Amino acid sequence: MTQSHGPAGAAPAAVHGHAPTGFIRKYIFSLDHKVIGIQYYFLALTAVCVGMILSLAMRIHMVWPDASIPFFGAIKPEQYLTLMTMHGTIMVFFVLTTAPQSGFGNYFLPIQIGAPDMAFPTLNMLSFWTTFVSFAVMIAAFFVAGGAPLSGWTNYPTLSAIPLAGPGEGLGEDLWLISIALFCVASMMGALNFITTTLDLRAKGMTLMRMPLTCWSWFITAILGLLAFGVLLAGGILLLMDRNLGTSFFIPGGLMVSGVPVQHSGGSPLLWQHLFWFFGHPEVYIAILPGMGVASQLLSTFSRKPIFGYRAMVYAMMSIGILGFMVWGHHMFMSGMSPYSAFAFSFMTMAIGVPSAIKTFNWLGTMWKGKIRFTSPMLFAIGFVSLFVSGGLSGPFLAQPAIDIPLHDTYFVVGHFHLIMGVAAIFGIFAATYYWFPKMYGRMMNNTLGKVHFVITFIGTYCIFMPMHYLGMAGNPRRYSQFTELKYLAPLIPVHKFITYAAIITVTAQLIFLFNLFWSMKKGKKAEQNPWEATTLEWTTATPPPHDNFGGVTPVVYHGPYEYSVPGAAKDYIMQTDPAPVPAH
Amino acid sequence: MATLTPTLTVKQPKSRHGGGGDIPHYPGGGGGGGRGDESPDYGERLRRCRLGLAVGIAPIVMLFVAFSSAYLVRQGLASWDLRTNSYINDWAPVRLPTLLLMINTCFLLVSSVTMEFARRQASRLAVIAPVTAMPGIADDEAGGFPWLGVTVALGIGFLAGQVLAWRQMEMSGFFMSSNPSSSFFYLLTGAHALHLLGGVIALTYAGITVWMKRPPEARHIVVDVTAWYWHFMALLWLYIFALLEIAR
Repeated sequence: MTQSHGPAGAAPAAVHGHAPTGFIRKYIFSLDHKVIGIQYYFLALTAVCVGMILSLAMRIHMVWPDASIPFFGAIKPEQYLTLMTMHGTIMVFFVLTTAPQSGFGNYFLPIQIGAPDMAFPTLNMLSFWTTFVSFAVMIAAFFVAGGAPLSGWTNYPTLSAIPLAGPGEGLGEDLWLISIALFCVASMMGALNFITTTLDLRAKGMTLMRMPLTCWSWFITAILGLLAFGVLLAGGILLLMDRNLGTSFFIPGGLMVSGVPVQHSGGSPLLWQHLFWFFGHPEVYIAILPGMGVASQLLSTFSRKPIFGYRAMVYAMMSIGILGFMVWGHHMFMSGMSPYSAFAFSFMTMAIGVPSAIKTFNWLGTMWKGKIRFTSPMLFAIGFVSLFVSGGLSGPFLAQPAIDIPLHDTYFVVGHFHLIMGVAAIFGIFAATYYWFPKMYGRMMNNTLGKVHFVITFIGTYCIFMPMHYLGMAGNPRRYSQFTELKYLAPLIPVHKFITYAAIITVTAQLIFLFNLFWSMKKGKKAEQNPWEATTLEWTTATPPPHDNFGGVTPVVYHGPYEYSVPGAAKDYIMQTDPAPVPAH
Repeated sequence: MATLTPTLTVKQPKSRHGGGGDIPHYPGGGGGGGRGDESPDYGERLRRCRLGLAVGIAPIVMLFVAFSSAYLVRQGLASWDLRTNSYINDWAPVRLPTLLLMINTCFLLVSSVTMEFARRQASRLAVIAPVTAMPGIADDEAGGFPWLGVTVALGIGFLAGQVLAWRQMEMSGFFMSSNPSSSFFYLLTGAHALHLLGGVIALTYAGITVWMKRPPEARHIVVDVTAWYWHFMALLWLYIFALLEIAR
């Protein structure tokens, strides 16, 4: 690795300084975006394990209410609500927001645009450690008097605003709010870094329209996060003030809670719903957009074809982002809103179907007549498209007030958002893990284990979440701790049992992934520099990348990111840094 | 590989002074005067930090947009009264300590002007730094008027004035929890004061770097970015003051 320090000293290595050597500066309080990305990834991995155990406990309790579960014992109804709340919160914030955006985005955004690091490395480190503290505070809520809150991840007042309202609504709820406030601040710092980096640090020749779609998705997600988290922070501050400073933003007058009159008056719980969902709906896209970017990248790479409609993909992501800010009311059709505003929200929501359909069409068009290589990352990318379609199709149902009102708060909704926001985004994370692991650790993950993991997880998630739609249509409410005593739900209990069995199998199958991940770090086959024969910048540098990403050289970009199977080219792909002109067709 | 070692083209920001000469950039690690800065090209860093600030203002705007919309919605909200079995509006307009707030506003606006002078001063010192770093050459105006110190003092004056305003509100019976109107008063002014405190801390840090013998370029970046932030804080305060006065 020869470093060419010119007389002007303008080599990028000088911008970034020298690699730190001490353990703490190198691995713990690291300024290196790659280390920070891995830190985020493992934070999310820890969180997803916690969240999965919670969901398993819920599923088991639901069908065998008297069963004593290890670590949890026999679950009481209020405990069930606690599990549900913490499952949702941990999964949405610390997994779906953290891994695809902060984890992979941190690691690969600077490399893919040819930058030596993020624009503000110190801010980046600060953002990770704030997220870490936020996670620690969230987990601490389990262990304080009264336990964790039970007001759901949406945390609606008045349940969440009055300490007497439930067992976890004392200190646990305060910790929840503090944790979320910290998370908001951390996410805004992260988003600021992503946006500045994308705008300011692109290598020579890396025009916006030559960026890989992953970079576009991280960029747009960062904009959404920047604008949405401030509003959630505002709501959190107001709720903390209601709880601790005696204000009445969300608490109406004349309430009796647990036999005690509440000394607040005049607030509106609906105000929280507006503030929360103004954040909450963009949050859905914060979770799913990076998955879309990864799917686009992988489908093109493994079909050996350029992405179908690159510009259309970019504009579709932008319009999803913009429309995402105009639809929050569709979460509130039941709140007694005026039918006129319900119609407006409904219309905007249906409009999101258009860019979503464009994306799906382009993914299929990319694969059409491609020389598809069915590697494990490709399988998960195809799985992402499948889940995106089947989870997305139930969206237009719920977007219409007339259909939403009977389906609201039933398992139909649970099935819908788990497929599209939960599992699809998780498939994006899996795809990204299998795809970029060789670059991150210099070794390949085991492909056979990857395929086994894919088959079980793919079938398993459909077995879990598809039947939930039927449960919902049959009128099975969500957020109830058990159904075994209810006569009208008795015929549905076998379906619940089936779901629980499927959940146990699917969760167990994730051990294959964990084993593959850790085993491959040490024992996996050595990876070449460009094992997937992909074209983007991360595959032009050493494996794993050096401290300043490109070993002292600044890459120059000559091509778009998806030049596959170009007629007349020597190989079936042209690297972005290849100076040779594309041969005339 | 020859194609992969290109020359780095750098956009050089125009200096805001006089004939518009370029801000020079020079090798890192070289040069005397303790200027072993990691980044040789501080013009580029300045631009990046300004961009970062512009992006960073967006979530602050969103925070106050959310507060304002909650304020206006809450104001128009009728609530159900159990005693009379009817909807009542319980919003009691606050009596603002307008005179005091006016004085505070003057403090903040004047500080914004001195901040601008401090920014230009720091910029000038950074531009001539390569020259003054040469042995035997001294800057006639070294030191100069302490604009930075005046700005910090005025900023602290504004914050102290806000604390006085809260005292006055309490004396006239408007506590945090008395009425939604007073809750919002404390919320909006408090959130703004906290943000301004951040600016005061950043400026204090920039002042300390003089003693830390940090290069004037690094200080210029802190002062410059904080200056834009400071102007934004002044605008934000005018908006909040207007909101509290007009939509009472």
